[in-house]
Amino acid sequence: MADTPERPRLSLRGITKRYPTVLANDGIDLDVMPGEIHAVLGENGAGKSTLMKIIYGIVEPDAGTIRWEGDVVHVGNPARARKLGIGMVFQHFSLFETLSVADNIRLALEPGQTKRLRRRIRDVSARYGLPLVPARRIHTMSVGERQRVEIVRCLLQDPRLLIMDEPTSVLTPQATLHLFDTLRALAQKGCSILYISHKLDEIRALCQRATVLRAGRVTGQCDPRRETTASLARMMIGGELPHPVHRAAQTGAPALRVDALDLRADDPFGTSLSGIAFDVREGEILGIAGVSGNGQKELLAALSGERPLARANAITLCGTPVASLDAFARRKLGLAFIPEDRLGRGAVPEMTLADNALLTARGDGNVVRGLIRGSAVATFTKRIIATFGVKASGPEAVARSLSGGNLQKFIVGREIGQRPKVLIAAQPTWGVDVGAAAQIRQALIDLRERGVAVLVVSEELDELIEICDRLAVMAQGRLSPPKPVRETSAEEIGLLMAAAASPHEAETPAAMET
Amino acid sequence: MKISLEARPAPSRSAVVAAPLIATLATLCVGFVVFSALGKNPLVAFDAFFIAPIATRYGVAELLLKASPLMLIATGLAIGYRANVWNIGAEGQLTLGALAGGGVALAVGDAELSPALLLPTMFVAGAAAGMLWAAIPAWLRTRFNANEILTSLMLVYVATLLLSWLVHGPWRDPEGFNFPQSKMFGANAMLPIVLPETRLNAGLLVALAIVALAWLFVRRHIVGFEMRVAGLSPDAANYAGISWRRNIWLGMLAGGACAGLAGVSEAAGPIGQLLPSMSPGYGFAAIIVAFVGRLHPAGIALASLLMSLLYLGGESAQVNLALPSAVTGLFEGTLLFFLLAADVLVNYRPRLAQRV
Repeated sequence: MADTPERPRLSLRGITKRYPTVLANDGIDLDVMPGEIHAVLGENGAGKSTLMKIIYGIVEPDAGTIRWEGDVVHVGNPARARKLGIGMVFQHFSLFETLSVADNIRLALEPGQTKRLRRRIRDVSARYGLPLVPARRIHTMSVGERQRVEIVRCLLQDPRLLIMDEPTSVLTPQATLHLFDTLRALAQKGCSILYISHKLDEIRALCQRATVLRAGRVTGQCDPRRETTASLARMMIGGELPHPVHRAAQTGAPALRVDALDLRADDPFGTSLSGIAFDVREGEILGIAGVSGNGQKELLAALSGERPLARANAITLCGTPVASLDAFARRKLGLAFIPEDRLGRGAVPEMTLADNALLTARGDGNVVRGLIRGSAVATFTKRIIATFGVKASGPEAVARSLSGGNLQKFIVGREIGQRPKVLIAAQPTWGVDVGAAAQIRQALIDLRERGVAVLVVSEELDELIEICDRLAVMAQGRLSPPKPVRETSAEEIGLLMAAAASPHEAETPAAMET
Repeated sequence: MKISLEARPAPSRSAVVAAPLIATLATLCVGFVVFSALGKNPLVAFDAFFIAPIATRYGVAELLLKASPLMLIATGLAIGYRANVWNIGAEGQLTLGALAGGGVALAVGDAELSPALLLPTMFVAGAAAGMLWAAIPAWLRTRFNANEILTSLMLVYVATLLLSWLVHGPWRDPEGFNFPQSKMFGANAMLPIVLPETRLNAGLLVALAIVALAWLFVRRHIVGFEMRVAGLSPDAANYAGISWRRNIWLGMLAGGACAGLAGVSEAAGPIGQLLPSMSPGYGFAAIIVAFVGRLHPAGIALASLLMSLLYLGGESAQVNLALPSAVTGLFEGTLLFFLLAADVLVNYRPRLAQRV
């Protein structure tokens, strides 16, 4: 880099990684300067994760060189990466729930690094404004706090490069702002940060440079502070971002009604529900916001029929009490459900798309007198693939070979394709790239226009405000009364969400002194 | 250089076929070493073990005769195994089937009754008894969440003792010189021979019919599909509203019914009466057959031939080479071991990775 006086901390040249069916990285060049917050931007499947895994030593590149502080290195494995000074915070946390903060951190450190650990944890967390109590057990902590543990764990090893993989997907708006302050403080002290995201607003607010990936190649480099959200999106998806069209609601009768629903959590770290009541009318989208872990999982299991209840009247579907029925019986009454876990719940990873269509779609002549009609299933599957632009080789593609966003489109298509009367969607765009997310939101809105009652449970507040007619907030197993979206604001909802986490979050700084 | 395993994007179809072949080859290699270590010429031993038993028409008939119950039981077990329902007690269900089918035959005794009526009655009674025996672990599992692996296995011993009591006591042949055995069945209660001058009987046809039915159920019926889903991904099954209770019942009952049928085939086929032991461990060997056949009906049919050959080979090796009968068990174990190892190739591909 002749035009920069400084030597890059990390410099990649021609990084290439080929998987059996895709070229995940194709000759990628990337330079990260000391103290720089550098965004790596791209849709799902663009090759961001592979590139980060190569830097962190989890994946071996097929070709290309990695220079660290000017020297060619072979990273090889995460332990080597940490020794070099590279830390990574994963999107999905790797913490043991029953162990304390200190124990979790101790497990990740080299034997020699654990001296006076509790004290060092307190020092580091105080220095970067990441309050943590070393003796607390993980399962009592909110998602935001857990992320702090992951970050502090990295910081204890004095990294000179910190990789953050979609860190804000689980945070409240307030917690996101707090994280940004921490990252800026880190960068100020000379630590470089690679920030992986597809949230364009965040990248514009936080990062000084952005490298855009598309289909495994670098398609652009820019200063995101000088770009607009639209121009970044263009670079990322190579076209215009579709904007959802949203008209005023034409609501009809209540199609889904929940009345005084109580449910005791069946696992020790779950949240019990108490007195949940709401209804969703035909032709409206009701949103349920809230930080996950506040009872969403339990509520969804009760609504979908995965956990039938004793009192049938607690849930009414189009006038029929259904709370005691199983998921299949509720589907027959017109319920469709998009779960938050795609692989292993919404789809069977080892099965083909055709088989996965059959998982819930039993109408359309797919099953006649108990026998599977292969040709009808193939037609149904092809229609989903075509309608939703699922990138797959065909109905015989195995579900786990699809990227997260494509599989999500497929599942959304399958559920909508059954012409439900009520659709429940949990985190419908979680971890999905912007293009697919916009398409999924539009599909939900179209469904509402056709008079379907739609319930969306999401952590993405912006998404809920964009598509919902009414919004409620889930907090510690209770649901706030739904409010029309026009009469509320992101700030108000964010505060309601944070209020749920407050007993933990508020006590933490005070407990720091002990 | 080191060899690393790389996940395949989709399970390899060719590896699904190749894995059993690789496992068989590896088993033969181990056999080569074992025979050499025992001081036998491996080639002579292989001939005695694998070639000589099926070199004659009679040998082939024996191969098919022994393969029939294995095929039948493994097919039934595989229906449950696909749904993660672990019925380990087929040996006991077979015993109960033989007991019930044989009981019908003994009750009819010398009375004039057309075989066309008597044999189906015996099969129905045998299947019902096998299902009854399998229903106990199914009920314990769905009602009390008791592990069906343990309960079904323990019931094997109960079944064996039950049969033993009957043939030592109430059903003992009064003219049998006090041997613990029942009377011989009447000619109308014996399965017809399908290959003249051999012992091969119509039990094979029953087994093949069941295999065909099972194939239809697994591949084409929605319930077979649902049980496959439940085995691959219990959360997805729960999400789709597939009842785990129904899967347990169906899985256990299918295994029990098939084992019961196999018991009747044995009693009314090569044995012709009730003895304290009705099977040389077919109910357990069928578990291996089910997995070697990849829980697929066609694969099971082939795997049962292989297992049957191991049985015959073991006998032949005992007679001709004075090798211990444990050699059969050794080959069974080695084969299963290599098969499980070769299974990795279905989802992973080996790759030479060089260190940079």
